[in-house]
Amino acid sequence: MTTKNVLEVFTRKGIDEKTAQKLVDAGYTFTKVARASDKVKRDIEKLLGEKKLKQLLEAVRMKERMPRKKKEKPLKKPQFKKAELPTKAAEPTPLEAKMIKMLEKDGKHLPRAVLNDISTRLEGVEMPDKLLHKVLDLTLERFGTHTVDPNESVGIIAAQSIGEPGTQMTMRTFHYAGVAEMNVTLGLPRLIEIVDARRVPSTPIMEIHLDESAEDDLEKVRQVASNIERTSLIDIADVETDINNMEVVVRLDRKKMERKSISVEEVMKALNKAKGMKGLAEMRGDNIVLRCDEPSYKKLQRISEDTKYCPIKGVEGIQRAVIRRVSGHFVVYTEGSNLEKVLQIEHVDRKRTTTNSILEIYEALGVEAARNAIIHEANRTLEEQGLTVDIRHIMLVSDLMTNDGDVKAIGRHGISGRKSSVLARAAFEITSTHLLRAGITGEVDTLEGVVENIIVGQPVTVGTGAVNLVWAPSGKKSEGDLK
Amino acid sequence: MMVTGVTKRISAIKFAHLSPDEIRKMSATKIITADTYDDDGFPIDMGLMDPHLGVIEPGLRCKTCGKKVDECPGHFGHIDLAMPVIHVGYVKEIKRLLQSTCRSCGRLLLTGEQAEEYRKQRDKMEEFGADSTDTGNVAKETARDAAARTTCPHCSTVQLKITLDKPTTFREEGHKLTPKEVRERLERIPDTDMISLGMDPTVSRPEWMVLTALPVPPVTVRPSITLDSGDRSEDDVTHKLVDVLRINQRLRENRDAGAPQLIVEDLWELLQYHVTTYFDNQTSGIPPARHRSGRPLKTLVQRLKGKEGRFRSNLSGKRVNFSARTVISPDPMLSINEVGVPVEAARELTVPIHVTERNLDKAKEMCKRGPIPPGPDYQPGVNYVIRSDGRRIKVTDKNAETVSETIEPGYVVERHLMDGDIVLFNRQPSLHRMSIMAHEVRVMPYKTFRFNLCVCPPYNADFDGDEMNLHVLQSEEARAEAKVLMRVQEHILSPRMGAPVIGAIHDHITGSFLLTFKDSKFTREETLKIIEKIGEVKLPKPKVVGGVDYWTGKQLFGLILPQGLHMTFKASICQKCQTCLKEKCEHDGFVVIRHGRLITGTIDEKALGAFKGKIVDKLARDYGPDIARHFIDRATKLAIGAIMIRGFTTGIDDEDIPDQAKREIDDAMTQARMKVEEHVQAYRRGELEQMPGRSLEETLEVEIMKVLGKARDTAGQIAGRHLGLENSAVIMARSGARGSMLNLSQMAGAIGQQAVRGERLSRGYWNRTLPHFQKGDLGSEARGFVRNCYKSGLTPTEYFFHSMGGREGLVDTAVRTSRSGYMQRRLINALEDLKVMPDGSVRNTAGTIIQFTYGEDGIDPMRSVGGDPVDVDDIILTVLGDQGELIAKVQEKGALSYGIQDRDLMETPTDEGGETEQEEPEFESGGAGEEQ
Repeated sequence: MTTKNVLEVFTRKGIDEKTAQKLVDAGYTFTKVARASDKVKRDIEKLLGEKKLKQLLEAVRMKERMPRKKKEKPLKKPQFKKAELPTKAAEPTPLEAKMIKMLEKDGKHLPRAVLNDISTRLEGVEMPDKLLHKVLDLTLERFGTHTVDPNESVGIIAAQSIGEPGTQMTMRTFHYAGVAEMNVTLGLPRLIEIVDARRVPSTPIMEIHLDESAEDDLEKVRQVASNIERTSLIDIADVETDINNMEVVVRLDRKKMERKSISVEEVMKALNKAKGMKGLAEMRGDNIVLRCDEPSYKKLQRISEDTKYCPIKGVEGIQRAVIRRVSGHFVVYTEGSNLEKVLQIEHVDRKRTTTNSILEIYEALGVEAARNAIIHEANRTLEEQGLTVDIRHIMLVSDLMTNDGDVKAIGRHGISGRKSSVLARAAFEITSTHLLRAGITGEVDTLEGVVENIIVGQPVTVGTGAVNLVWAPSGKKSEGDLK
Repeated sequence: MMVTGVTKRISAIKFAHLSPDEIRKMSATKIITADTYDDDGFPIDMGLMDPHLGVIEPGLRCKTCGKKVDECPGHFGHIDLAMPVIHVGYVKEIKRLLQSTCRSCGRLLLTGEQAEEYRKQRDKMEEFGADSTDTGNVAKETARDAAARTTCPHCSTVQLKITLDKPTTFREEGHKLTPKEVRERLERIPDTDMISLGMDPTVSRPEWMVLTALPVPPVTVRPSITLDSGDRSEDDVTHKLVDVLRINQRLRENRDAGAPQLIVEDLWELLQYHVTTYFDNQTSGIPPARHRSGRPLKTLVQRLKGKEGRFRSNLSGKRVNFSARTVISPDPMLSINEVGVPVEAARELTVPIHVTERNLDKAKEMCKRGPIPPGPDYQPGVNYVIRSDGRRIKVTDKNAETVSETIEPGYVVERHLMDGDIVLFNRQPSLHRMSIMAHEVRVMPYKTFRFNLCVCPPYNADFDGDEMNLHVLQSEEARAEAKVLMRVQEHILSPRMGAPVIGAIHDHITGSFLLTFKDSKFTREETLKIIEKIGEVKLPKPKVVGGVDYWTGKQLFGLILPQGLHMTFKASICQKCQTCLKEKCEHDGFVVIRHGRLITGTIDEKALGAFKGKIVDKLARDYGPDIARHFIDRATKLAIGAIMIRGFTTGIDDEDIPDQAKREIDDAMTQARMKVEEHVQAYRRGELEQMPGRSLEETLEVEIMKVLGKARDTAGQIAGRHLGLENSAVIMARSGARGSMLNLSQMAGAIGQQAVRGERLSRGYWNRTLPHFQKGDLGSEARGFVRNCYKSGLTPTEYFFHSMGGREGLVDTAVRTSRSGYMQRRLINALEDLKVMPDGSVRNTAGTIIQFTYGEDGIDPMRSVGGDPVDVDDIILTVLGDQGELIAKVQEKGALSYGIQDRDLMETPTDEGGETEQEEPEFESGGAGEEQ
């Protein structure tokens, strides 16, 4: 810390400059004052006088009061070109528009998806308006009969619908669709992973699409792929440790470097930037030499190791990138995933690039994207196993997991552990802890959920248990009514 | 017994702590002696079995409340502890409190403003609907912040570091704090500061977490068992309490006698140990207290915790009366909503009948028959009569007459089960709601429950020894609900995907296939035999061939279809030809139904089967459950009729193929082996071209797997050429009744490569699988390729490899069931509170909106058409009706009626056949025992 910095700290804490200067001149820093023992305090008192000391101590107290919040690193704002977001739904086709108008006239409503379904079938068919109206009427009627009943316990149905086919799923890993070299977790383990909202999936994989200018140009695609794939020094060079001279010698493999289009300067730069080896690297002929700056074998060995795994190029966390041709265009598939960083790379199409790591999607794109990712991943996992599960069930699970703004796991650390009812939590897992804690905080269980009511032996609050049927006999007339 | 009218509802349960005073106040007696019974076997006063604590022996009366067994709820006693002891469940809490409060003045180590700030933060969070986890986190943060301070802002005392020696010892800078000192400190914490630390001062005080009085649970909670030998065996909790009492006594004596500090402290620690294990005998860091036999004691926490604990096994799930369990067996003559109940069971299971003036005579008559009515025909009798005052009278043969006479309105008569009663039928594991459905009773002879085979898929039942449960409903409300919501026909469509789960299986599919395939003909006699069970129908005009009347199977099947049904879809035998000939399909795979008549096509799995049956699907959705049920019932009978007329059998000769074909397969196998050898040689020479991203070894494996996979397919194709539709096994495979063509090619052609973890077998000995092979042999035989078929038999090595593959499958299944079970439990637990509100939104019980409209369109998946809200094709065709011109135009665009959709190409695997390719159906898990 320079003197100026020290001074600044004092002033920031509300100590006038003069006093601060005095303190600094006497060799105190703010931390020293804060931790001052009584003796030191007396010294300061001599220096400043009683009044100022009080002020100073007050300031110190202030420091203590404000708990030092973990400094949140401000997210680096990616320098995006203004992304063109696709409009949510396409403009209605003339036929759709016509139908929407018809419905509006009657004050009715049908989802666009249904209208779209009708219009794709009737496009080009000259339908008289009367018949079209009939189609809509019948659709409305059937749509009405197909809606859910109020109080239906959709949650349990969804859970059963996803859980039941679980018994039929396989437990093995499979080759990734289209890329034979890559293994992905599928089947039951993958489904459990999704539901658990695991931070890192067991086989993270990215599917990176490139923008129009690059996706058909193999050279460009290769370039992007090599920019994404993590390259360590050991991948492009031999690293030897010379114990005699206390140095690490890096013999660069020019061929490999060329293939990955890495220049010597880049390597030098990377090495000199690496932690613990700043400024150690220097060129000696064709090789790079890192001299150990301390006469310590331990340090030498550490340098050697650090050198070997020094990242030269690529995105952290991505071990491998493979280029595949999918429906005419090149797509980069990667083992390992880092959505945030990859999206910032040039030529990467930010609209179509995805990963199977839900938490990464959440962090890079937000909850709504995470919700869609959960739906998509779960649905794909089930579909891949040949199991049909209605998307609405998966949507419900996903909506519940992302309900309060971040991704919560299904289970004791997520949804179940946060239920409002003590009894419900106790009945799930870690029984005793929940009960004991309830005693301290004086929790009240209002018996609104399902398990709680089962526990106390009452009708549950969903389905037929949610309604009351009251029949008021209307006096003498009732007997006649019965007949 | 019967409570009618308004029932009371518990509105809330509040949790709180008992103060020592409350413990003493609510105590029925103070417990001081560790002994339980005296020499005469009477409970000792102020002992653990004190009669004030409740009664467990019938006939005796409680000394506190004067009630008898079952009426007396039991009463708590208490033990006054000689020295205070820490409650294990709260050590963490106590540690937090000690660290964040001043050691001398007891106040929170934060300035007033800081504490206020945190309190405000918490209030704000609560206002925004934070749950106890969130507020708990704030409290934790407050405590952490306070603990970081080294001097008290209120009294300037320098704080010392407090550490916890697990499980229950606190130290202050190394110096041990006795529970007494801990308690004193906790006493000093003011109420206001408790709030900041997440405690509610109205229900609890910190010092109550250090116990001075211990409640003794009533004897009803820890009943002693009298063994046959007359010895008493006490409950684990009683044992533990004896320990506590004994040490407590010694501690008090020693302390009062002024024993050396060391001895008192030792005893104090021992008391702490006993109280700790009394609460939780699995506390980490201390050895569990054991029974004399060495079994760890089951103390309080153990009683509540886990799968066998109070919560999960007694509160979330309860045992019931009026239930039965027995083996199941099939009966195609029953309707799908019936269940055959053995007479023996029907006589035990009863339905309460409330006697009124209207059914008085009937009730009397039934009662007169007694518990075992005579006569060849089954008639319901009565087991019990419950008088208006609640007294239960057992009806016996002897008193039947007299009891019958006393019956008057207001009585309840428990009559036997009879035909038409609604009961719930269930098979575990109850994975979805179709695992419990309501059936109508049919009382039958013999001792098994029987039901229609079409109901096997929802229960996932078979008849290899499966047992099922039956529950008799006891109230009108329950019966009404069951009838409306739970009957089998209401569950034909699964809410999982909006497709039928109830439908024909196995022989029913074969039967309907035989009935309708191509132009099968039946004579008058045969026809009558087939249709005699389906009820009254009008036979269509027969076809006359050579002067004899014939009916085609298609005509007969049309009899059970509703009049106005129009459908078009592809059958399961559809060969998926390049260009579909539609109506002129030479395999008869294009089903066309017009006006309820089957025009072309074969009725097989795609029409009737569970999961896929399109006719069942359409009927259940558009015509209603009752018509669908009726259809399935009659389809069952037709299929059974047809298969019985035609006869159907399969045996090992179904896999017979000509010698010529066998030679061809042999050649193919030899060729494959040589090809593999070539690849291996190339690899050895280093000529193998490496695949990108793969090592050389991996490349070789991939190549070999390719060759061998192809070889298996070739063998299958060769064998398949000789297996036509005249072959029973092929009929089953193609119609979707059972088995697949792959199974057949494994039986007749070759079994193929065995795999473990998706790779060729490689483990066992060093560098080889078995000692029969050279080390490092990479050839096909050495790595688990089975070139033989099941019919020809396997060589010893092949057999061993095959078993390796089979074992993996078994292990996989075992692991899978437990893993998926846990996942489902978690899912259910997380989602159980969600329901659709009358406004269409989905909310949890706290009122939080999860979805604004259920599933974004508010459609019930069960009523959806394979996921879509409505069947647009069907609607258009219905509206267009006879507008032939327009229909043609629409159809040109590919909009066809119900059925032919892209998703048809996606196969749904049946429950057992859905394994990977190498698996074979022979490996059924070890019989029924495991599945129950």
